[in-house]
Amino acid sequence: MRTILALAGALTLSLATGCAQSGAAGSGGNTVTYWLWDANQLLAYQACAKGFEKQNPGLKVKITQLGWGDYWTKLTASFIAGTEPDVFTDHIQTFGQFADLQVLEPLDDLGIDNSAYQAGLGANWTGEDGHRYGAPKDWDTVALFYNQKMVKEAGLTAQELNTLSWNPKDGGTFEKAIAHLTVDKNGRRGDEAGFDKNNVSVYGMATGGAGDADGQTTWSPFVASAGWHYTDKARWGTKYQYDSETFQSVVDWYFGLAKKGYLAPFTDYTDGANPANAQVASGKAATAFDGAWMISTYYGTKGLEVGTAPTPIGPTGKRATMMNGLADSITKNARNKEGAKKWVRYLASNECQKTVGGYGIVFPATPDGTDAAVAAYEKKGIDVSAFTEPVTDKKDSTTFSFPITDYAADVYSLMRPAMQDVYANDAPVSGLTKTNDQINLVLGQ
Amino acid sequence: MTIASSSPPSRLPLGGAEGAGTKQRTRRAPTRESQGDGRLAAVFIAPALLGFAVFLLWPTLRGIYLSFTRFNLLTPAEWVGLDNYVRMVNDPIFWDSLVVTVEYVVINIGVQTVSALAIAVLLQRLTQSAVLRGIVLTPYLMSNVVAGIVWLWILDTQLGIGNEIIAGLGFDRIPFLADETWAVPTIALINVWRHVGYTALLLFAGLMAIPKDMYEAAKVDGASEWRMFWRITMPLLRPVLAVVLIMTVIGSFQVFDTVAVTTAGGPANATNVLQYYIYGAAFGRFQFGYASAMSVALLVVLSAITVLQYRLTRAGQSDLG
Repeated sequence: MRTILALAGALTLSLATGCAQSGAAGSGGNTVTYWLWDANQLLAYQACAKGFEKQNPGLKVKITQLGWGDYWTKLTASFIAGTEPDVFTDHIQTFGQFADLQVLEPLDDLGIDNSAYQAGLGANWTGEDGHRYGAPKDWDTVALFYNQKMVKEAGLTAQELNTLSWNPKDGGTFEKAIAHLTVDKNGRRGDEAGFDKNNVSVYGMATGGAGDADGQTTWSPFVASAGWHYTDKARWGTKYQYDSETFQSVVDWYFGLAKKGYLAPFTDYTDGANPANAQVASGKAATAFDGAWMISTYYGTKGLEVGTAPTPIGPTGKRATMMNGLADSITKNARNKEGAKKWVRYLASNECQKTVGGYGIVFPATPDGTDAAVAAYEKKGIDVSAFTEPVTDKKDSTTFSFPITDYAADVYSLMRPAMQDVYANDAPVSGLTKTNDQINLVLGQ
Repeated sequence: MTIASSSPPSRLPLGGAEGAGTKQRTRRAPTRESQGDGRLAAVFIAPALLGFAVFLLWPTLRGIYLSFTRFNLLTPAEWVGLDNYVRMVNDPIFWDSLVVTVEYVVINIGVQTVSALAIAVLLQRLTQSAVLRGIVLTPYLMSNVVAGIVWLWILDTQLGIGNEIIAGLGFDRIPFLADETWAVPTIALINVWRHVGYTALLLFAGLMAIPKDMYEAAKVDGASEWRMFWRITMPLLRPVLAVVLIMTVIGSFQVFDTVAVTTAGGPANATNVLQYYIYGAAFGRFQFGYASAMSVALLVVLSAITVLQYRLTRAGQSDLG
């Protein structure tokens, strides 16, 4: 009996210490643990870590890459279990919640200078409490990817696609172009008489879903170039504006493209199985709005010749594209906080960002890093000006950020079904006013 | 198994053993040996009891407590009384998700039970093949998530092989998982596909316990297979069927993984089953208090259904012997 008890006790003890050990494995002491989600970027950051370790003898960086789907679940669980990494790649839509939950370390003493980065990227990471919670690392914008062969067959030129404009009344040259790129089963184009919108074989534009609360790669280039803003203030607004007439009329026009047969219907979109790039890859769609993080994927698709064009010019006379930046955050309970601060300072440095840029997979936040990336893409034969011009050329383009507010997860969970209802079930856009009221009620808590 | 079922079970030996046990117990109670038995029993029970307490009892009690709090997991819980329950009663999405869940359970359990029963009876009456029994069980060996993803690919409107076949036959493509009318039945049937074999085997085991001589006697009397099914199989299978139903209904109410990987609750909340809504509230929005309140509601609903089913089907009694 005593032996059994002793055995059981030993087992429990070893389990308990085992857990504690694995939780702290590799962190504390001389190691800094770092999490990121983009597998494409792993090599670049490993190269950065090498440079960092050379400059800081005795310190080691342990990088863990987790897919986007698991990343946030694991991160949340790690905060609860006390096994969080020292440093992790953070998203603009999550840091507000994390700061609120008090799991992030303020980075005010890191000496981050906002002017060292592309405009807006540094300032976005200041929380509602005025403290900085992220050091800028990279940015992305949205542009139009198109199948060069289909564009040529339609008699369109790259020049034409680069100068498209739109309006919510007749859709402008943009709607004309995607109508012309749409082909039905009988080979008739979307702008020809007798076009069968119920039997389309190639859609002018791929579907990226209903866009949830931000419409990043769907309706956001249109609502923003019509002069609409998500919230009443640039950051930490207290009211969302999905009830605005501008927003609702643009969304109505945008999803109306699906009713005309030019935009693939909601039912063709599946996040896992058939995202926008898969529709272009399989030849079911001629164009797709997508983010800069997808450049390698589109250009790497076998048998597909891709071109890119900037977002069309809207009623404001300017193009608009969402510019989103990621940052590195330090966790409040980081085991190696001093090492973590050194690592984040290095990640935010021009030196590391130039290294990352050299891999040509993402645009780093410093201008030099961005230039390095542009050059690296050029080496691969990829022209990325559709993504970079909106950032450098402020005369013809505007960039805007993800909405930065409290309760981002609540806004998402209310807007997601509401937008799907409009797109999939033809619900009237005026219904979004009620959703907006609910959102503002949550924000006003 | 066959030997046991070929002779009708008798109450006598069992009763006899019980009697003997009681006698022995009264006689041997004070001895050291029997105290040793008690300790040994405690040791054997301890692991299960520990598991029950740690993984079931404590979380349930704590969940009930948390349902009366505002809690985000990372900062201390704050007592808010009945607030979460008031919010739940006034939350249209909660009621909507309950309706969606019930719709799912009805389709899932209805189709699954009838098909499983058919498969089990066919296995019992037509074949003794262990290979066939193995094949029937195969889908159950696959994880729910993998099954969900595979079906998501097969049924994809534009690229799925299922829809390619439908289009090849000249029919319109069916947006199985992307249309609000199709989504719930599709998910219900995916789970029928995965679970029907397991359910069939449980029922099959129940069928094996029905004495063969009853069928032989019925055959001699000239009863048809159909008549034998309704007059022998169904009444004698009832206790097993009832337990299987209770288990599968509880499991069905807890559907989550298939929804999470195929539709994520969409389109427009059409497949927002209760468990998925609870998950979103807890792990998406960090509202663990409200999520706990909804979980308690689910617990109450399931308990009520179980008690009702148990009573209605007289699961505790057998018509045998």
